[in-house]
Amino acid sequence: MAASDAKEEAALARDLIAGKPGAFDRFVEVFRSKIFHYAYMMCGQREDAEEVAQDTLLKVFSNFGQLREPERVKPWVFRIARNECLMRRRKSVFAPAQELSLDDFLPHQDQDDGRRLEIADWSALPDDQALRAELKDIVHAAIEKLPEIYRAIILLRDIEELSTEEAAEVLDISLEAVKTRLHRARLAVRQKLDEYMAGARAGGRR
Amino acid sequence: MEAGKHDKAKCRDVFALLSEYLDRELTPETCAEIEAHLAGCPPCIDFLNSLKRTVRLCHTCEEGAKPRPLTAEQRDKLMSAYRAFLAAGRGA
Repeated sequence: MAASDAKEEAALARDLIAGKPGAFDRFVEVFRSKIFHYAYMMCGQREDAEEVAQDTLLKVFSNFGQLREPERVKPWVFRIARNECLMRRRKSVFAPAQELSLDDFLPHQDQDDGRRLEIADWSALPDDQALRAELKDIVHAAIEKLPEIYRAIILLRDIEELSTEEAAEVLDISLEAVKTRLHRARLAVRQKLDEYMAGARAGGRR
Repeated sequence: MEAGKHDKAKCRDVFALLSEYLDRELTPETCAEIEAHLAGCPPCIDFLNSLKRTVRLCHTCEEGAKPRPLTAEQRDKLMSAYRAFLAAGRGA
């Protein structure tokens, strides 16, 4: 899915460069929502996110000549969006810039044989639509609560499905930092889901 | 590492690499080592599956809050910038 999206986005960028009819509106439609969603999750304010979307697109169109490879359009757009977000940074809405430790997410093990790990049985819950909607809400809430450096990574890698290299380029960090932060972000989100699953089972919700 | 034996230290090592394992970013040798551990460690398999489902759920979260519709004024500004880009291209 991500690969075909990337191809469509590259094709859209080529159409835009060629001045094909309809390319402008399609590009705005596709990228405005994506930028808004990222900015909303990063800035925490709807107004800021709409401004980021508009100002990013304005910069994108003004500087489109600088995009050398249409295949790289998405990381290029997100790098501009990321800088726009940084300019509107309001400290108060961000979670503290703390480091997440791997050990915080290690399942607790029984001292004797280590086999009794506290992992809720996710497979016991049905994968139906109502549950999926609830789980998506939990994922969103968990991402919103992540410290900024982890939030940015999981939004780019797992929501926007940029590659490790592309996310590193957007955020100007090393590949290793992308991998480490992404893993911790996923573990934090997984833990919130796990708490919900454990509660749902214990409560005999389903 | 011996398959089938639960080894807490090994669990921790594997735990640290599970995202890279899911993203296929590890060498074949490291993957084989992880798989050998998983074969004998059901809790690590459960954990891996829950992490996999977490990532899958994230992939479906792209559809979230939506911006208000683009106003005519906003569109005009963007269109002007786009037209300037096209004109510059033709002039080059």
